[in-house]
Amino acid sequence: MSTTTNVLVLIPAPLRRYTGGEAKVNVSGATVAELIGNLDAAYPGIGDRILENDGEIRRFVNVFVNGNNVRKLDGVTTAIKDGDEVGIVPAMAGGAR
Amino acid sequence: MSTRVIAAPRRTNPNSSPSRPVFGGVAGSDPAVVQAIGNTPLLGLSRFAERIGLPPSIELWLKAEWANPGGSVKDRPALAIVRQGLASGQLGNGRTLLDATSGNTGIAYAMLGAAFGFPVELVIPESASSERKAMLTAYGATIVYSDPYEGSNGAILMARELAASKPNDYFYADQYSNKANPRAHYEATGPEVWEQTSGRITHFVAGLGTSGTLMGTGRFLREQKPRISLVAAQPAEAFHGIEGLKHMPTAIVPSIYDDRLPDIQIGVDTEDAYAFARELARVEGIFAGVSAGAALAAAVRMARECADRGEPAAIVFVAPDDGGKYLSTELWS
Repeated sequence: MSTTTNVLVLIPAPLRRYTGGEAKVNVSGATVAELIGNLDAAYPGIGDRILENDGEIRRFVNVFVNGNNVRKLDGVTTAIKDGDEVGIVPAMAGGAR
Repeated sequence: MSTRVIAAPRRTNPNSSPSRPVFGGVAGSDPAVVQAIGNTPLLGLSRFAERIGLPPSIELWLKAEWANPGGSVKDRPALAIVRQGLASGQLGNGRTLLDATSGNTGIAYAMLGAAFGFPVELVIPESASSERKAMLTAYGATIVYSDPYEGSNGAILMARELAASKPNDYFYADQYSNKANPRAHYEATGPEVWEQTSGRITHFVAGLGTSGTLMGTGRFLREQKPRISLVAAQPAEAFHGIEGLKHMPTAIVPSIYDDRLPDIQIGVDTEDAYAFARELARVEGIFAGVSAGAALAAAVRMARECADRGEPAAIVFVAPDDGGKYLSTELWS
């Protein structure tokens, strides 16, 4: 079921070296955890930048589903449906290109 | 040994106009708030040093920049930039001060704009902490949000475009290129640290944002003591959460930054910066921000290296702000 879910993921500038410079990529996944797993499969290394070793979102990273911070939803188990937009944003910091 | 506090000498406040007494406040003088900028305390972290097992021959000192009236080190460069703008006529006559900022410089500009009476417009990434946005609004500044996915580089590029589109309306302060930024630290922060340590300082540690603190303070200190170690702390990775600091290899490098000045560059993980900020709160009761945690992480690395070599050291690091602006983040949770 999850493989049919197509989600637009917004990539922040400092992580675009993993995506070949792409600011927006399409990835599948039924939950945030599954989505980031698939993102890492497509762009190896990016997952470790977003998640702790235990699979939780790193403290300085905010993940949004349709503009809602998943920390206020169900964390990495937050459900994602077809057409959702997922954003990954570091807590505000110095820039990167 | 108790925590020591050394107040900076009051007589040498270069932020005060030379034509009137430092303890002014008379008609025609600087706005009141300007008189509170600079002369911040230097705090000796003897409890923390003992807790992490440093020998008494290694001293750790924290320059408490949250004591500035705008709550951060940025009051110093912002005041120097504003003074220069007013003196040159680029600011005033209804012109709006414009800059890109990750927050603290914006708060300083907004405070000074209110006090001196000029409008302030700031470009900040929409992802800046909500406390900062609220403070800017409280001072009456106008906020323009840049794309959070483009980080502070995106804010800089947007500010440049705005400045170029209406050059007669704006004084583009450009903290990343404005030489008044490091000069403020050369003229004040450096002499303060030198006098507060009676010249015993062996290492000066500061995080790199605009780099103004390290450039200005570092140059002054090196002139006094050529063998001093100047240590730059920066995020270990491009993707980080140390608000206010830059990962120079991937940033738009500030033109005031000279990478030949620091002797040592230390990359700090965001998680370590958070952990040291929390430790500082719990061991010393000092509630500092995440960039202070990053500078402390670098200072501790220096301290341990000196201890391993059996060398005495007096290590000073800068705490750019306090922890209050990060309450909405995961820093304290």
